[in-house]
Amino acid sequence: MANITADLTPSKADTRLTTADGKPLKAALAAAQSHAKRRAFFLVLPLLLFILVTFVLPIGQMLHQSMYNPGFTLHQDVISKVKTPIMVNVRNWFDTNPPGSEPDEAAYAALAKDFLLLDELRAAGSVGTRVNYDLSGTRSLFTKTARKADKLEPPYKAALLEVDEKWANPEVWAVMRGASSAYTINFYLAAADLTRDVNGEIASVPDNRALYVKLFIRTLLLSVLITFLTFILAYPVAHLLATLPLRYSNLLMIFVLLPFWTSLLVRTTSWMVLLQSQGVINNALVASGALADDNRIQMMYNQTGTVIAMTHILLPFMILPLYSVMRPINPSYVRAARSLGATSWTAFRRIYFPQTIPGIGAGALLVFILAVGYYITPALVGGADGQLISNLIAFHMTRSLNWSMAAALASILLGGILILYWLYDRLIGIDNLKLG
Amino acid sequence: MKLKTILLSTALGGVAFGVAAQEVTVMSWGGAYTKSQVEAYHKPFTTETGIKVNSVDADNPATPIKAQVEAGNVTVDVADVEYSDAIRLCDEGLLEVIDLSILPPAPDGTPASEDFIEGALSDCAVASIVWSTIYAYNTRNVDGSPTTMADFFDVGKFPGKRGLRKSAKANLEMALMADGVPASGVYALLETDEGVDRAFDKLDTIKNDVVWWEAGAQPPQLLADGEVVMSTAYNGRIFNAAVGEGQPFEVVWDGQILDFDLFVVPRGAPNKEEALKFIAFSTDTQRLADQAAWISYGPARKSSGEKVGLFNDGKTEMAPHMPTAKANLTNALVNNFEFWVDRDAELNERFNAWLAQ
Amino acid sequence: MALPKHADRLERIWHYIYLAICVLIFLFLIAPILIVIPLSFNAEPYFTFTEKMLSFDPTGYSLRWYDLLLTFGMADATAPRDGSWWSDVWANSAWIGAARNSFIIGFFSTILATCLGTLAALGLSRPEMPFRRAIMAILISPMIVPIIITATGLFFFYSATGLANSYVGIVMAHATLGIPFVIITVTATLVGFDHSLTRAAASLGANPTTTFFKITMPLILPGVISGALFAFVTSFDEVVVVLFIAAHDQQTIPRQMWNGIREQISPAILSVATILVFVSIALLATVEVLRRRSERLRGISPN
Repeated sequence: MANITADLTPSKADTRLTTADGKPLKAALAAAQSHAKRRAFFLVLPLLLFILVTFVLPIGQMLHQSMYNPGFTLHQDVISKVKTPIMVNVRNWFDTNPPGSEPDEAAYAALAKDFLLLDELRAAGSVGTRVNYDLSGTRSLFTKTARKADKLEPPYKAALLEVDEKWANPEVWAVMRGASSAYTINFYLAAADLTRDVNGEIASVPDNRALYVKLFIRTLLLSVLITFLTFILAYPVAHLLATLPLRYSNLLMIFVLLPFWTSLLVRTTSWMVLLQSQGVINNALVASGALADDNRIQMMYNQTGTVIAMTHILLPFMILPLYSVMRPINPSYVRAARSLGATSWTAFRRIYFPQTIPGIGAGALLVFILAVGYYITPALVGGADGQLISNLIAFHMTRSLNWSMAAALASILLGGILILYWLYDRLIGIDNLKLG
Repeated sequence: MKLKTILLSTALGGVAFGVAAQEVTVMSWGGAYTKSQVEAYHKPFTTETGIKVNSVDADNPATPIKAQVEAGNVTVDVADVEYSDAIRLCDEGLLEVIDLSILPPAPDGTPASEDFIEGALSDCAVASIVWSTIYAYNTRNVDGSPTTMADFFDVGKFPGKRGLRKSAKANLEMALMADGVPASGVYALLETDEGVDRAFDKLDTIKNDVVWWEAGAQPPQLLADGEVVMSTAYNGRIFNAAVGEGQPFEVVWDGQILDFDLFVVPRGAPNKEEALKFIAFSTDTQRLADQAAWISYGPARKSSGEKVGLFNDGKTEMAPHMPTAKANLTNALVNNFEFWVDRDAELNERFNAWLAQ
Repeated sequence: MALPKHADRLERIWHYIYLAICVLIFLFLIAPILIVIPLSFNAEPYFTFTEKMLSFDPTGYSLRWYDLLLTFGMADATAPRDGSWWSDVWANSAWIGAARNSFIIGFFSTILATCLGTLAALGLSRPEMPFRRAIMAILISPMIVPIIITATGLFFFYSATGLANSYVGIVMAHATLGIPFVIITVTATLVGFDHSLTRAAASLGANPTTTFFKITMPLILPGVISGALFAFVTSFDEVVVVLFIAAHDQQTIPRQMWNGIREQISPAILSVATILVFVSIALLATVEVLRRRSERLRGISPN
């Protein structure tokens, strides 16, 4: 279509060209083209809507969750779904007093009043949990105070300090002020091992609680290592497959495709069987006398296990793009270089290798993207130090139930992946992705 | 699209929800423990009432039911949780309040409120068993015999990997006891920052030798496979592997940490009435005693005590294997639920940061 | 890759080293998958070769773990194996139930993914498709975005819309994950598709529907089927989304395996793994046959 319109451009001035029923040809063509466009688009539309609903929307909601946590402002009953605003009085006090104000008797009175409602709604736990996200060790302060809420008498400051002297801590008040808005970037701060100090300034968390930055770095380093290992292993194999006659290479290709088609859990299980300290490899080494029985190598429940298993699992994703780039390379170039006196190493380095770089790029990017987000394998063979950022997202989703934190971590990871994905699309083109 | 969804849901619905008989879904801890409940509670319950019991497992049921209630899609009717979790979930309004008058009295007429051991009943929860976290070793892989909590932390004296539960609870207490703190002083010390630091320092000494477990069925497996030489574990799992399956495991009772397991009903449970029926049925004197024939956990009713007899192999006397047996209580710690209700989130956060370091 | 006649000694040595390295890498690829097969016949509950197995003593091998797949979860496994025993297996066996769920979910999500995906691929491969690149990027993204992120998003979304714990929810999620594979394989088949064929059909009086079913469909069918197989495998192998959004009694094979691995890797897991390896061999063979057929149809032949 594009060609036809291009051909017609010179005839722009020529108004005599019409279709049989007298319409200008240009208009008729444009109409036909937009009709074709619409037809093509309508074919895609159902799927696009489906993906928007089952994929884009949920991810959008997750992004929202990472910035929105109404734990301090709204209580929803789990059965009736009735929403009750909570901590109203304290939030009013925050609105009328600037940050950094010393909490006065009015503030404590507001707090005591709010606690009566919390006790009635049984909401102290969730409010405390919300505050605890920003200031560790405060959850109990809320549950404890709520239990005694109906016994609080003026003067409230003294009464509350009687319950727990933490109520005098300016940090608690600063954090409550921060939580009094449901929209917050604090979860992103926490994901960068940052927190807010008494004055609301950003500061780093103490060393013994720093976790996420280290894990992001570890995830990146392990992914780079795995990408590199898959490259080292994939290159010779892809080269062999590309240079053998198709009859043989199709046969050998089974070795690459079978792992690709085999369940991830099966492959992970196999590695567990192989790597255990009473597993096949260790037993073979012990039986052959290479290893003392009490000196078995620990290859599982640590980083080694994660790296070995993931390298194996991701290897086909490196071999296939390399192969598809290497196959069409004309061997006569290398032969020409050799005949001109290049050594086989020089011919490889200067002639063959540069032609395979697009394949290396495609494979490396694909493997890296997949590795960064891996969950199952590290969870099963990673032990404590072989965990990746995905495992922490799962931890916050299913164990600590700090869903906003999980969403924030996932959003950061997603951001990184999307940049890589965009890069992949720019450099290689997403429609060049091939399977098998 | 919409039509398709409807068609799809009808088609699938036909498969999934074809039978709408009365049923109740019970969530527990898996492995030998779930099996003991199936044998002692679920099967007789179905026989007597005709209500089908679906048994589902989780590493720690407190977490999934909290997630379910908060997300508003509850599928579990009864869950088996630890004491501190029961109190905490109840505090947060995530559990149904249980009317304790539904519980049957003891055979001699003692009302339930007096028949249960102290602390076994609370607003939202009814205890079924007393269990404990102990450590055990595989006699095949350990030279000599460890006897104290300190031995567990002594990789010089007893070399080899250790298995520990991947959470702060129990590990911190054990670390302090191994460091010479008497059981009675553990929680007072843990209330202080120095105490927590000291516990983590002690854990640091074996950190590189630890294989972490999450599900209660893992420790016996890790011990049997030789992946670890000693592991902390729920005492009943070790008993079942040792006596039931003949594994060469030995339990060390020094420094054991006692806790209750309680039945709770999550708020919004789809079959609340059946759930309450199930709890009342399962925690009567005879059922609790029956359970002890399947796993070495102590019944939460006093009247069940004398009915506890032999293991289901027909020859092993259960009494000495119970965590509450006199000989096992010399240096025992009772889990301080109040401490963990308040500090669980915070200490686990620190624990995870520590793990990743 | 033949060694040229004029290769010198060093090159010869290097060539054999290179071949040896390749053999080792192939071994690395395939050995872990094959190792589970003999181990699944172990008579002992170990994950390693016992002496009896190594000396090919028949008593070292048994089918007990395959038997356990049937009996695990049964009401009365020790009953005589008559009709009622088998109906007990069908009704209560944990693995059979999981397999049933896996097939149902896999079947419906494959249908959904294949229908929507093929339709979209037809649109995407038309040259006049607007915003082609951007839309393609969106449609492929479920394959690129880490599954844990997708599962997290779905958890929030399904909890809010009431789709959590329902089979419909799982089917929709799995269809989403399978769609990129359908799109990739079907568009690959449509590359080089001769559009004059459809035009010829149209000019001979066939309406678009007839043209599609008589001309287009037979030509792209191999691509559609291999896309469908990919979608099915994706669903059949998926565990993270199921862990996040399914109810606890909605077991699938991978989920049952996940539980089994984490709790106790008894050789029963290995027998499931063995069965799954054979399933993947069958699927791979099917895809290979289809690919060759498609190449033949389109006139691209190997050799």
